[in-house]
Amino acid sequence: MVYSAEKLEEEKVFKDPVHRYIHVRDRVIWDLIGTKEFQRLRRIKQLGTTFLTFHGAEHSRFNHSLGVYEIVRRIIDDVFDGRPEWKQEERLLTLCSALLHDLGHGPFSHSFEKVFDFDHEGFTQAIIIGDTEVNRVLAKVDPDFPKKVAEVIAKTSANKLVVSLISSQIDADRMDYLQRDAYFTGVSYGHFDMERILRVMRPKEDQVVIKKSGMHAVEDYIMSRYQMYWQVYFHPVSRGAEVILTKILHRAKHLYEQQYTFAHPPLHFYTIFNDQLTLQDYLKLDESVILYYFQMWQEEEDAVISDLCRRFVNRNLFKYAEFDPAKEYKKLAELNKLFVKAGLDPEYYLVVDSSSDLPYDFYRPGEEEERLPIHLLMKNGELKELSRESEVVDAISGKRRTDHKLYYPEDFLLDETSKKNIKRQIRALLEL
Amino acid sequence: MKSLLKDHARVMHAVQVSGEIAGRKKLQKMIYIAKKISFPFQERFQFHFYGPYSEELTLRVEELCNMGFIEEVKEKKGGYYQYKYALTDSGKEFLSLNEVDMPCLQDCLTDMNGHNARFLELVSTVLYFEGLPKEEVVDKIFTLKSSQRYTNAEIDEAYEYIEGLKRKATLH
Repeated sequence: MVYSAEKLEEEKVFKDPVHRYIHVRDRVIWDLIGTKEFQRLRRIKQLGTTFLTFHGAEHSRFNHSLGVYEIVRRIIDDVFDGRPEWKQEERLLTLCSALLHDLGHGPFSHSFEKVFDFDHEGFTQAIIIGDTEVNRVLAKVDPDFPKKVAEVIAKTSANKLVVSLISSQIDADRMDYLQRDAYFTGVSYGHFDMERILRVMRPKEDQVVIKKSGMHAVEDYIMSRYQMYWQVYFHPVSRGAEVILTKILHRAKHLYEQQYTFAHPPLHFYTIFNDQLTLQDYLKLDESVILYYFQMWQEEEDAVISDLCRRFVNRNLFKYAEFDPAKEYKKLAELNKLFVKAGLDPEYYLVVDSSSDLPYDFYRPGEEEERLPIHLLMKNGELKELSRESEVVDAISGKRRTDHKLYYPEDFLLDETSKKNIKRQIRALLEL
Repeated sequence: MKSLLKDHARVMHAVQVSGEIAGRKKLQKMIYIAKKISFPFQERFQFHFYGPYSEELTLRVEELCNMGFIEEVKEKKGGYYQYKYALTDSGKEFLSLNEVDMPCLQDCLTDMNGHNARFLELVSTVLYFEGLPKEEVVDKIFTLKSSQRYTNAEIDEAYEYIEGLKRKATLH
């Protein structure tokens, strides 16, 4: 039997708290899960610093990737199979792309990408195309197969229907992470009737559409998404932790550029700092490595990096205030000056964090062909954009709700053993 | 003075030196192209159905509109709405207090603003695939952008345009 069609003698199942079971019958999928690049995802948390706010949020990219695979498998095998618009020969391509879609995520990837200006999507491509175990498994299917999988994940594949299953405004990726993140954070939002949505999904030319009769289930999904953004993903405490994490990385880079002598040299960062990062170097990075450095850098002579690392490791986070940039930017400039006078570098200790700094997106109806909206399939075969039919979705989609926070170390400002008057001025401005 | 809200200030500066930008798609493509020819915009782009797109940029512009620094005017144009962007007086005041150092951006953006969104979509797609040989890029454009019906001559023009822009970006 050819490798692409090979089935395991017995189906393997993973117990999963969200989907109950994840079913694997295809040899290719089983082999991909066993590669070291996929196993690395066990050591990358799905929600980065959110575990410092919601202590249950320790789940990994590994859990999520299996979940996305399982959702796609159900759609294909239980809903699409046999429909004329669906080509069953795309099954393996779709399953592999679903499983591997987050393969390039690095440790605390959002902060890393911001500070060092690289993107996990590029690394996903590099792992799939490069000299890796994942590539060798995929190439056994067909020498061109790794490239096809990489193109689906990059959304540059000509097969847009397959792309939209994994990446669109109602895709397997979002359906898994909303439910999984809700489960592990313990919040009551994020739940919706996925089984119903799967049953009303239909392949239609180059996209997945939803039968009109399933509109209310989709409304529930959009509402869940909206609530999860504001209650979990935009949570100010998690953002505060990410602010510190980002500043540690900035400081480490700055110190390296200044030829500071680290007591614990950042060996794993050298190629990043020198802009010579190779794929093999990247694959050695995971969150256990990064947290090791943070642990050790608490003892550094540099007061900024040691303080920031202590704050992160011991969860002594910055406090925050609501901030209106339009009305308060002059106040921010004043605070900057006072922080310098108080002996605190505002670059590290006075930070504005905006909703646009966060890696999540709201549902948006089609606007000048920016992104494909969710389309409802009407009884007469016509397609209609969701927010034109649903008042609930119309009420929350495309509405501007933005948010800015100002982060600062309250404990330092309350310590009056030095620079008392300046700190009082700062506290007055911050209304502490 | 060191620039506050640096990422926001860069986007405001782009709108200011462009004068007025007609269309969300055009704004997205202009910033993407500027970023690809080495201007330090921080917004991350991904390939979507219609080419490179940044959700971060969309949200950043929404924030700037909410702050009153950028004005968004919605105009009905044919069968759809188009949005025009320009800097407000308070946006200008903010920028006057927060300098943005991108000296040759104006030349590049003014040049881009003189082209239509369709051409900029082609240019941004070529740039997105710039690591590939030209014949593969052409294949990608014919496959992924079939509805736009770009010609070989237009693709050649896009390549030449990118070279010209890169020269402009390094003139200063």
